[in-house]
Amino acid sequence: MSPDYYLILATILFTLGTVGVMVRRNALVAFMSIELMLNAANLAMVAFSLARGGLDGQVATFFVMVVAAAEVVIGLSIIIVIYRTRRSTSMDAASLLKL
Amino acid sequence: MIPLITGAEITFWIAGPLAVLGGIGLIAFRKAVYAALSMALTMINIAVLYASLDAMFLTFVQIIVYTGAIMMLFLFVLMLVGVDTPDSLVETLRGQRVAATLAGIGILGLIIFGIGGALTGVAPVGLDAANAQYGGNIEGLSALIFSRYVFAFELTSALLITAAVGAMVLGQRSRVHSRPTQKELSQERLRAYAEEGTHPGSLPNSGVLARHNSIATPGLLPDGTVSEQSVSETLAARGVIVDAPALSRATAQVFESVDSTIGEEDE
Amino acid sequence: MITLETIAATGVFQVAWLMIALPALVAGLLLVSGKFFDRGGHWLAVAASSASFVLAFWMFIEMLGADPEHRAVSVPLFDWIQTGSWTVSAGLQIDQLSILFAMLITGVGSLIHLYSVGYMAHDDRRRRFFAYLNLFVAAMLLLVLADDYLVLFVGWEGVGLASYLLIGFWQHKPSAAAAAKKAFVMNRVGDLGLSMAVMSMLALIGSSSFEAVNAAAAKLSPGWATAIGLFLLLGAIGKSAQVPLQGWLLDAMEGPTPVSALIHAATMVTAGVYLVVRSHEIFQMSEVASTAVVIVGAVTLLFGAWIGTSKDDIKKVLAGSTMSQIGYMMLAAGIGPAGYAFAIFHLLTHGFFKANMFLGAGSVMHAMNDDVDMRHYGALAKVMRVTFLTFAMGYLAIIGFPFFAGYFSKDHIIEAAFGHSAWAGVAALLGAGITAFYMTRLMLMTFYGDQRWREGVHPHESPKTMTIPLIILGFFSIIGGALMNFWIQEWLEPATGGHPHELTMVPTLVGWLTMAVVAAGVAISWFVFGAKPVPDEAPASRNFFTVMGRNDLFGDTVNDVLVVQPTMLAARGVVVADHKVLDGGFGGLATAFAGISTQVRKLQNGQVRTYALTMAIGVVAVGVVMILSQLG
Repeated sequence: MSPDYYLILATILFTLGTVGVMVRRNALVAFMSIELMLNAANLAMVAFSLARGGLDGQVATFFVMVVAAAEVVIGLSIIIVIYRTRRSTSMDAASLLKL
Repeated sequence: MIPLITGAEITFWIAGPLAVLGGIGLIAFRKAVYAALSMALTMINIAVLYASLDAMFLTFVQIIVYTGAIMMLFLFVLMLVGVDTPDSLVETLRGQRVAATLAGIGILGLIIFGIGGALTGVAPVGLDAANAQYGGNIEGLSALIFSRYVFAFELTSALLITAAVGAMVLGQRSRVHSRPTQKELSQERLRAYAEEGTHPGSLPNSGVLARHNSIATPGLLPDGTVSEQSVSETLAARGVIVDAPALSRATAQVFESVDSTIGEEDE
Repeated sequence: MITLETIAATGVFQVAWLMIALPALVAGLLLVSGKFFDRGGHWLAVAASSASFVLAFWMFIEMLGADPEHRAVSVPLFDWIQTGSWTVSAGLQIDQLSILFAMLITGVGSLIHLYSVGYMAHDDRRRRFFAYLNLFVAAMLLLVLADDYLVLFVGWEGVGLASYLLIGFWQHKPSAAAAAKKAFVMNRVGDLGLSMAVMSMLALIGSSSFEAVNAAAAKLSPGWATAIGLFLLLGAIGKSAQVPLQGWLLDAMEGPTPVSALIHAATMVTAGVYLVVRSHEIFQMSEVASTAVVIVGAVTLLFGAWIGTSKDDIKKVLAGSTMSQIGYMMLAAGIGPAGYAFAIFHLLTHGFFKANMFLGAGSVMHAMNDDVDMRHYGALAKVMRVTFLTFAMGYLAIIGFPFFAGYFSKDHIIEAAFGHSAWAGVAALLGAGITAFYMTRLMLMTFYGDQRWREGVHPHESPKTMTIPLIILGFFSIIGGALMNFWIQEWLEPATGGHPHELTMVPTLVGWLTMAVVAAGVAISWFVFGAKPVPDEAPASRNFFTVMGRNDLFGDTVNDVLVVQPTMLAARGVVVADHKVLDGGFGGLATAFAGISTQVRKLQNGQVRTYALTMAIGVVAVGVVMILSQLG
């Protein structure tokens, strides 16, 4: 089985994640879209691992998962803090980046 | 010549489309809970794909960590915040969806063109040799993690501890005012009663009927009408309140029929 | 014909740079030393100038001792500019021409230093004055000793700077400040010509050293030879106050009188003549350029003489006379090989007698409480014997009285002018007559006639430091011509390429004619100014010649109409253009940018999703560019 198919699949998933970040207003859903992008990258790395005959790709995936776990913890904490103060998880409400 | 179809290919062609479906669901479902569940579907399918790629350890880590822990964490937070407000479908930013779709297509084409062009025709080497070196997939991974990548590993442990501490710090609700005492609370309640006529006592209980006693069942006032205050506003907004008068009517009918039956027997 | 070939420096020539370095060093020392040298600094300056003279004289003796082929010495100093394909090395070229100049500059310069010790005794800023004088001596020596046009240019600018500083030395007088500014600006016009000449040489020949330029001059195309010649002539006109850039010299008399004597009579203003003679190879290649030199010289000699006839300010008469005499030199320099030696000859004798007369005029002014109006003088001959006698030597020299210095040098030029063309000869002859007229007028108004002194003026003879230089210069005014008459042509032959004429002590036909014209000039002057009392106020005159002369032939008016007014008009136009077009344009541009910015600012809407979109588009753009560059 050629890794090409896995890569194309990973690309499609990655793109879906990108589009999700851009179109969904709910911060949680956008956050999940980011997770989807990470997973797409993981899939690609595992496919590379098989194609190249080394386990390094799988190790990298493992590390990505650990980092993703830490990131989710912090990210969700931030979302909760924002929700506490603004009573909303909509990304459009947080337009404080503008002056 | 008939192409040789392997188990991995069959797995791919089943799990791959399902994963894509989950991804589409993630960005298409209005309700965040459905989106999260679509995401979970994708996660599980990716785990299956890992299995087809001879990555058994990652398959289980994916299921346990991602699907089991991370996605459930998402659902917890969803329950905590705004599960009751589905996303509005009206896009507030002009042209955002069209532009996002175009950018997505651009990225898709770019990556497929770039990476696909570089890899076409490469035959996979396979992991048999790598796995066999230390006697298995898990042994091979641990050999790498604890030798070549040991520093990265130690750093991730530090990262996880930092993240845990960070989550605690962020979750801490710091008080601006001192906690109101019992006395202050009662005074506040009576002042509200004096000024606005708010009832100072506790709110009415939810209804306890013969066949329903959930918190979604409103209590009935002595005249038989529903007490709005007896159920949560969230439940009312979601429209899951049990129709208490209808229930009471049915009960009353039962009582009436029982009464009439007794009456007939008496007569 | 003996050509100029330099030999390596030995002996005293190896320290030739000291001639320049000593005055330069002292100038710097005096300028930075503060009050420390207020009391004795001027003697240090005199010593530096004298030391340079001793060095120059020593070298001159050495050169006299050598055979003619081995007299010119080149003293390489250092590589100055090294860039690309050409190198400019700074060096000195001490040949027959430059050593004469060096001796004139340091000799007359030292005498004038000495004179200034007396003249400037009561000036608060004496130390600064002597620093400037030394700076001038150093720069002028660099000018005449340089072996490269570019190095010469440094000295050229240096003397311009010193001239500017000294004309405006009494800067508290607005007229002096304006005169300094005028001299500076008009000299820049000439400098433009010289710098264009140097650049043309570098572009065409690849070098600006005298040696290379002289060697390559014959190969230049006629057009370029003419162009470079005219550029050089423009430089010479500016520096030597020739028509049409003559306007600054008369105003330069605002400076202290020793400055007028040293810079604006004896040395600096003759730099133009030096430049033309030094560049003779180029002028010989171009008939147009050399004829232009003759015309400029002829016009200026009449022009200056005309101004000299109608001024009452003693220094301005002498300034007009200077212009006129330099006109003679330019005329001679333009004639060609026949005239080069005579130009330098006249330059040297003029250096003596004009410095003598300027210093004498300074002595008179000193006695008359700095009054310069000759109508307030009169009958000074008996009161100031030394000044009168030395001045008289200069007077006899300039009008060409037989066997005085000017007699030899000027007659040769007039003869050479007749050899060139009839009109040049007539102009030179006429000039000699007018010179005799106005110099006699000056003598009569200053030293003879009635006393017309203002109240409170008690004329007295000047101190020794002032009279000794006068006596020395007066002596050279007498014998300078006879001393060099038979010798200078041969001496200069290698440097100027001329060949000696047969000279006799017996005047030729032209010589007799000149003497007759000069005698007529003296006689007319005596008839007009000597026979009857001089009016105390300048009589109102409608005479065309008088009015023209009194107003410097309206040179300033011409400048004003031709240059100043158009420049002011252009400046005003530029101001209007600046306000309307440029400011409007840039203002519009700024408004446009502000408008664009306002629009662009809308992109910054603070929405995270928009930023994500922008990032995604950026990723696509960068990726596409990278892939395209890989494909290309």
